Amino acid sequence: MKAFAYTRADDVDGAIAALAASPGGMFLGGGTNLVDLMKLGVASPGLLVDVSRLPLTEIEETPDGGLRIGAGVRNSDLAAHPAVRARYPALSQAVLAGASGQIRNTATTGGNLLQRTRCLYFQDVGKPCNKRVPGSGCPAREGVHRDLAVLGHSAQCVATHPSDMAVALAALDAVVELRGPGGERTVPLCDFHRLPGDEPERDTVVEPAELVLAVRLPAPPAGRSAYRKARDRSSYAFALASVAAALDVRAGRVADVRLAFGGLAHKPWRARVAEGTLRGAPATEESFAEAAEAELAAAEPLRDNAFKVRLARNLAVRVLAGLAAPGEEETGS
Amino acid sequence: MAAPQTTSPVTLHVNGVAHRRELDHRTTVLDALREHLGLTGAKKGCDHAQCGACTVLVDGRRANSCLLLAVAHDGAEITTVEGLADGDDLHPLQAAFLEHDGFQCGYCTPGQICSAVGMIAEAGEGAPSHVTPLAAGPPGVPVPLSPDEIRERMSGNLCRCGAYVNIVAAIGDVTR
Amino acid sequence: MSTDPVRLEGREKVTGSARYAAEHTPPGTAYAWPVPATVALGRVLSVDTGAAMAEPGALAVLTHENAPRLKDVEDRTLLVLQNDRVPHRGWYVALAVAETPEAARAMAAAVRVAYAPEEHDAVLTPEHPRLYFPEEANSGIPACRERGDFDGAYARAPVRIDATYTLPGLHNHPMEPHATTARWEDGRLFAHDSCQGATAVQETLAALFGMDKERITVVAEHVGGGFGCKGTPRPQVVLAAMAARHTGRPVKAVLPRAQLAAVVGHRPPLIQRMRLGAGEDGVITALAHEVTTQTSTVREFVEQAAAPSRAMYVSLDSRTTHRVAALDVPSPSWMRAPGEASGMYALECAMDELACAAGVDPVELRVRNDTATYPDSGKPYSSRHLVECLREGARRFGWDARDPRPRSRTEGRLLIGSGVASSFYPVYLMPSSAQAQVTGAGRYRIRVNATDIGTGARTVLAQIAAEALGVAQDLVAVEIGSSALPAAPLAGGSAGTGSWGWAVHKACRTLVGMIDERGGTLPTDGLTATADTGEDIASDPPHAKASFGAQFAEVAVDTDTGEVRLRRLLGVFAAGRVLNARTGRSQFIGGMTMGVGMALMEGSTMDARFGDFAERDLASYHVPACADVRGIEAHWIDEHDPWLNPMGSKGIGEIGIVGTAAAIANAVHHATGVRVRDLPLLPEKLLAGLERPR
Repeated sequence: MKAFAYTRADDVDGAIAALAASPGGMFLGGGTNLVDLMKLGVASPGLLVDVSRLPLTEIEETPDGGLRIGAGVRNSDLAAHPAVRARYPALSQAVLAGASGQIRNTATTGGNLLQRTRCLYFQDVGKPCNKRVPGSGCPAREGVHRDLAVLGHSAQCVATHPSDMAVALAALDAVVELRGPGGERTVPLCDFHRLPGDEPERDTVVEPAELVLAVRLPAPPAGRSAYRKARDRSSYAFALASVAAALDVRAGRVADVRLAFGGLAHKPWRARVAEGTLRGAPATEESFAEAAEAELAAAEPLRDNAFKVRLARNLAVRVLAGLAAPGEEETGS
Repeated sequence: MAAPQTTSPVTLHVNGVAHRRELDHRTTVLDALREHLGLTGAKKGCDHAQCGACTVLVDGRRANSCLLLAVAHDGAEITTVEGLADGDDLHPLQAAFLEHDGFQCGYCTPGQICSAVGMIAEAGEGAPSHVTPLAAGPPGVPVPLSPDEIRERMSGNLCRCGAYVNIVAAIGDVTR
Repeated sequence: MSTDPVRLEGREKVTGSARYAAEHTPPGTAYAWPVPATVALGRVLSVDTGAAMAEPGALAVLTHENAPRLKDVEDRTLLVLQNDRVPHRGWYVALAVAETPEAARAMAAAVRVAYAPEEHDAVLTPEHPRLYFPEEANSGIPACRERGDFDGAYARAPVRIDATYTLPGLHNHPMEPHATTARWEDGRLFAHDSCQGATAVQETLAALFGMDKERITVVAEHVGGGFGCKGTPRPQVVLAAMAARHTGRPVKAVLPRAQLAAVVGHRPPLIQRMRLGAGEDGVITALAHEVTTQTSTVREFVEQAAAPSRAMYVSLDSRTTHRVAALDVPSPSWMRAPGEASGMYALECAMDELACAAGVDPVELRVRNDTATYPDSGKPYSSRHLVECLREGARRFGWDARDPRPRSRTEGRLLIGSGVASSFYPVYLMPSSAQAQVTGAGRYRIRVNATDIGTGARTVLAQIAAEALGVAQDLVAVEIGSSALPAAPLAGGSAGTGSWGWAVHKACRTLVGMIDERGGTLPTDGLTATADTGEDIASDPPHAKASFGAQFAEVAVDTDTGEVRLRRLLGVFAAGRVLNARTGRSQFIGGMTMGVGMALMEGSTMDARFGDFAERDLASYHVPACADVRGIEAHWIDEHDPWLNPMGSKGIGEIGIVGTAAAIANAVHHATGVRVRDLPLLPEKLLAGLERPR
């Protein structure tokens, strides 16, 4: 880790101004990913602008019946918030499925969105990686990639986005509030993260010195929502695949559905194809399977991760079936 | 242009005692405790928040001190394993770990015990875990700590000796 | 709850006052950070230390050009920074030393190394051209044994199993990384080292630095786990000693977690072909266990995975062989129950396949194949209660209620199954010395360079001493963990308690005799008895000696995800006299817990292109977390065996991991009908086979 300067921001505009004046700098929130990457040598900011004490830690009701979650809200506080627990259960479940109690106490909402891939090559400065060093190559494509992407990857990069929280936010149509030197803007969560394409070094659409202020949730979708994750151990592991869904069933048919996959792509994967297939269809396992398969038809698995396609399909079917038939949720393993 | 300042004065209140040091901005709370304050109870197992051995309480909440920059925690109240006992009287969790043999090599133990202190408080405030049913009690009502709840909530603290069975029993003894 | 004593150092461990190797900071301490090679094979052309030395707080960069010269030793993994060769990726090519840990890390990142890379070969295949039959496998056993006519007997057998089982590399990952604090004073070297045996570290440092060992003191008072990877000296103690000599400062060297996978040893990848020929009754007539594995070009280590097949069951005609290829990979070494943990995985899975093929209950099959003698030598076992463990385990587990048909039990979308496997671990004993002293006022002190890596050695040695002295345990103080104490073997091979305890027992009995000679009055000016067991341990004992056990597992397999979760794991062991039920139970359960990891999640993937293990941190190399471990129970049967040592104990530190993976794999087969012969049992290996007809 290179030595760096540090400044604690007193207000949002001060933070943005400080970073705008120092192109090699970065914002510091909870630091659970940034400090990790600095120790690895993957990130080497010359300046840290500490935004952890800015007044961005509230969860507020919005006039449209939604919530505004401050970027500084800790993951554990988000998951435990009564309104989240009651109205956006998929979000609470997703946050609680990630990391550990200690990390959730430290990590913030904004930081969770901005965390970087856990691709082993990205984290090893002794090896090539197009995301870390553009143009150096992607050894993951032919190398160790069991955990990596099956959807939306490019010749340049097969990384996955590691967040659980963001998958639920994608399904729940969240919107990210940003402020930068040029003013404020909002970006739908589904457009916040990018696919790698030819610029794998860019994870998100965030511009230099832009600060995530908050995540806004619209009023909860009709019906219920849920999140489920498959992983290599019972807790404290990243997703092999995960599913966030909200489902509204009327008279045996799908009135509305939101579906997003995690662990499959460079971004939370909002399953619009599946949703389109399902709307108006009978709320049956057969429909759910057909819809998931339609979405996953675009998958291009790598040598060792084809199982993720089947895994994601099955998870989607189970989560949707559970939402369609309250009380018949399978016993968790 | 002058070289940027890369150290700052930092005050950490550790186990009720204020310590002021000029620290490198790179210094973590864990390294400040271990290398600057002589408090080696919190352990460095992985240095990347992947094992939990460095768990301490920061302003009352458990956290991995290896990823906390000390400069960003100027003024924080920190409780380490050294601050749990009351004189010669062990904290109930310390006594239970001893009695239930909730450790072998002892290296993860301070983190386990600090994590358990924080975890019990979290459940007491009604904070849910991954295994808490959505239909569980209203907000703020303590979550009963079943063995499954303890196991899930303690999963951020790895123990390679495999003392989990006894750790869960020790915590269960204290929370029962 | 056991009434046996709690750990003597337990209070220090729960209050955080127990100090481990890196928790000593003499005035002026400097910090070291190693620089690993980033090529898989080749030579260092140059090391540019300019940028590193420009870091504020930089003290030195050690390279092969300026590091102190070391004398040759047998374990060449310790000969760091001695020449320009890079035998594998991760091999140390430089060491940064600085005033602070932060500066040392930054320096290490700034060291620029130029290499002349060479083409490397890092991937083991069943027919690798570099494969050869070594003379010996680990623990000094012959690599190859043929007894009778395997081929003929196998061809004649009415029931035959031919299956190949594979294991990935596995890493010990003790919670405390390898660490040393070293300082030189007046030509003497002092080191706090995280190791399993300070005597061996002292002797090896003496050889490396060409010094009299009396001028070296190595202390290992508290050690944060080892599981074999601290069993012999490791590079950190050499690096710290070199850096301290080079800089004239005390130096702390803590190996970063992500570097451990390449430099401290691991269980190597193993390919094991098992062939069992049996009668219709399941009694084995022919057994072949053929092991293919890898080592590095730095040292030959051959995991003796076929060894248990020489010991477990009747088999008139057998072939047990090891082949190894020296590849351009990190050096393997000991990991908890080397040979037994890996070999019994293959043998006990093959036994399950045989049970299915012969239509014999898996418990009954093992009973039918029990033997009173060690098949390979014909020596009788001094005690062997495998059948009793199987029967008692079956009773406690409720095995009789099991429907033997695979995929016969479901709960919702989960498939539930159960499996059994035997456990086995040889009894090793090593010569040790010890002292027993009267220290006045009716108190005693035991001095022995034993190491407590979490086993409870300190406590059990106090118990052994108190019993031998015939006094209350609180009158006995125990000093361990320093090379300044009477020399003793490492904590390894499950031999610590037996080896150290024998010497302690002998010293105590000698002391009692000396006191008796003085008319039974305790001298006030002190009295010391010294014992050495070098003469007591027979080189060719009349018996074979081993611990046995049986493990029963119940798993739930999610039909949608292929996730396997453990529900219950029950072990019953016959391991001689268990000297402390509280800490002994922890040893068994701890081994079984590591076995759960081996079965379900642990694995290091050799990255062919780069020549290193891909999973090098604790986020990617999954060890069991608390939520993975439910319902583990350990029991034992009282076993009285006069042929062991004065305490009547066998080792218990390793047998817990032996058989666990097979019991779980067999349970997964029972649950699903899918036979996965490749560990760990990850979802992708089960998913396809779980699909129901739709």
